Amino acid sequence: MFFTQVLNGLQLGSIYALVALGYTMVYGIILLLNFAHGDIIMVGAYVSWLVMAQLGLHPVLAIILSVAACTLMGVLIDKVAYAPLRNAPRLSILITAIGVSYFLENGAQLVFGADAKVVPAYTDIQTIQLGGLALSFPSVLTVLVTIVATVALTIVVQKTKLGKAMRAVSEDMGAARLMGINVNTTISFTFAVGSALAGIGAVLYAMAYTQANPTMGMMLGTKAFVAAVLGGIGSIPGAVVGGLLVGFAEVIVTALNLSVWKDAVVFLLLIIVLVVRPTGIFGRTMNEKV
Amino acid sequence: MPSEKSAKKRRPVLVQVETPNLIPERDLGTIPVLQAEHLGIDFGGLTAVDDFNIAMGRTEISGLIGPNGAGKTTIFNLLTNVYRPTRGTVLIDGYDTAGKSVAEVNRMGIARTFQNIRLFSKMTVEENVLVGFGNTMKTHLITDMLRLPGHWKQEAEFHDRALELLDIFDMRRFADTQAGNLPYGAQRRLEILRALATGPKVLLLDEPAAGMNPAETEELMENIQKIRDELQIAILLIEHDMSLVMGVCEVVGVLDYGKIIAKGTPEQIQNDPRVIEAYLGKQEVK
Repeated sequence: MFFTQVLNGLQLGSIYALVALGYTMVYGIILLLNFAHGDIIMVGAYVSWLVMAQLGLHPVLAIILSVAACTLMGVLIDKVAYAPLRNAPRLSILITAIGVSYFLENGAQLVFGADAKVVPAYTDIQTIQLGGLALSFPSVLTVLVTIVATVALTIVVQKTKLGKAMRAVSEDMGAARLMGINVNTTISFTFAVGSALAGIGAVLYAMAYTQANPTMGMMLGTKAFVAAVLGGIGSIPGAVVGGLLVGFAEVIVTALNLSVWKDAVVFLLLIIVLVVRPTGIFGRTMNEKV
Repeated sequence: MPSEKSAKKRRPVLVQVETPNLIPERDLGTIPVLQAEHLGIDFGGLTAVDDFNIAMGRTEISGLIGPNGAGKTTIFNLLTNVYRPTRGTVLIDGYDTAGKSVAEVNRMGIARTFQNIRLFSKMTVEENVLVGFGNTMKTHLITDMLRLPGHWKQEAEFHDRALELLDIFDMRRFADTQAGNLPYGAQRRLEILRALATGPKVLLLDEPAAGMNPAETEELMENIQKIRDELQIAILLIEHDMSLVMGVCEVVGVLDYGKIIAKGTPEQIQNDPRVIEAYLGKQEVK
C-alpha cells in the first residue's frame, strides 16, 4: 500500500516534471512564462485519441504522432505569436501567451466539442510483477520514460553544440549573437525540445487518465508552473525536483482522504515558496545590472 | 546557413576609396579587410556618428580614441550590425553587411569584445571558446546525443583546438574553471580568445585595457601584437590608455562628437592641435 502510494507520487510527479521542464527551458532562454505550454499537452492527448480511436491505428504510431504534433505546435506558436514580439516589452508577450492558451482551448472545443474523449489504452499490460509486488505498468513506464528524457535533455543541454548555444543565449543574447550564434534557431530549438517533452507528458497523462478534454491543459499547466517555480524557474534539475514535490504533495493529501484539498495544498506550497524563497530551491539570484 | 552560402556566391562589392595605405608593401593588391564609407547613425534627432570612414589593411592594428561619449562604441555597434546604420556602408573583406543579422556579420569575419565583460560566466572557460567555434563546427544533434563515434572524434578535435587557443594567453590550466570565477585580467583575456574562436578577419577590442594596471597593460600590448603576428588578422581597438594606443597602433583615428577630427600615425596625432583641443579644450588666443 505504502509502496503503491510512492509509485503514484512518482508517476504524477514525473508528468509534472516533464511539463515543468518545458516551462523552465523557455523561461531560461527568453524570460517568458509560456502559459500556452499546458495546452500543448491537450493537443497531444487529442492527437492520440484521433490516431487510435478515430483512425484505429497502432498505439506506437499514436505516440510518435502525438510527440511530433506537440513539437511542431510549440515551434509554430513561437514563430507565429512570440517571435514578432521579441523586442516588445515582456508584458506584451506574456499577454500573448495567455491569448494563445485561450485560443487553443477554445479551438479544441470548437473542433472536438466540449465533452471529454476517451483515449484508448496504449498497451494491454496493466501490471508487472516485481519481487512479489504487482506494480502498475503505466506508473513504472512513466517513471522510466521521465528518467530517460531527463538524462537525454541533460546531455543535449550540456554536451551538444545547440545546448551550448542555448546556455549562451540564456546568459547573454546580445553577446551570443556577436559570437555567430543564430539566436532565432536556438530559440526555436528550445521550444521544440520543451514541447517534445510536453508531448511525452501528454502520452503519459493520457495513459494514466485515459481522456482528453479542451481544458485539461489548464490545471496541468498551472501545476507544472508551480513545480517550475518551486524548483527555481530556469533550472532544469529544479523543474524535476519541483515536479516530484508537487506530485508527492498531491498523493499524500489524497492518501489522507483530503483529496478535495489537493489543489489548495499545491498552491499553498507556491505561496510559501514565494514568501520564503522566491528564487525556488535551485533558483539563481538575479544579479541586477548596474 | 543558406544566407552564408549566398554571401559566398555573390561577388565582393569593390568600392574605390582613398586608403591611407600606410603599409603598401603589406597590403598591395588586396582589398581592405574592413571598410566603412560615410557611415552614420541618428538616434531620433541626435546624430551620434556622422561620415565615418575607414579602410583597414589585412594585418593592420588601428586605434580609435576620443573623449567619453564621442561615439566610439557606437561605431563598433555599427560595424557589427548591432545598430543598423542610418547612412553609409560597411564592407567586410569586400562583402556588404547591409541586411545581415548580427550572427551572419560575425560569420563574415568580424568579432569583438565588450567594454564591460560579457562572458558566458556560468559556462566553463573551454565552453566559452567552444561556443565561438560554433561557426566552424559541423555537428549533428543525434550523433551528439547518442554519442556515436563521430561525436567523440569531433569532440576530441575541438577540445584540442580549444586548448591550443587557450595556450595563446597561457590559459590552458583554467580550461575547466567557470568563466565567472576567473580573475578580472583573465576574464578580459578569455573574452579576446572567445572572439578569436569565431575565426575573424578583423577583431574589434572595446577598451581592452580598462581596469588593468600598467604591468597588465604592458602584457596586453604584447598579446595584441602576438595575435596579429600569429593569426595574421587586423585589429581595431578603442582605448583611453594612451600608452597602449601609442605603443601598439599603426594608425589612430580621433573621434569627437561622432566625427573623425584627425587621423594618422601616433606621432602625428599626439601633435595635432585639433586633438589637443578635443581633449583639453581650446586655448584662448590673446
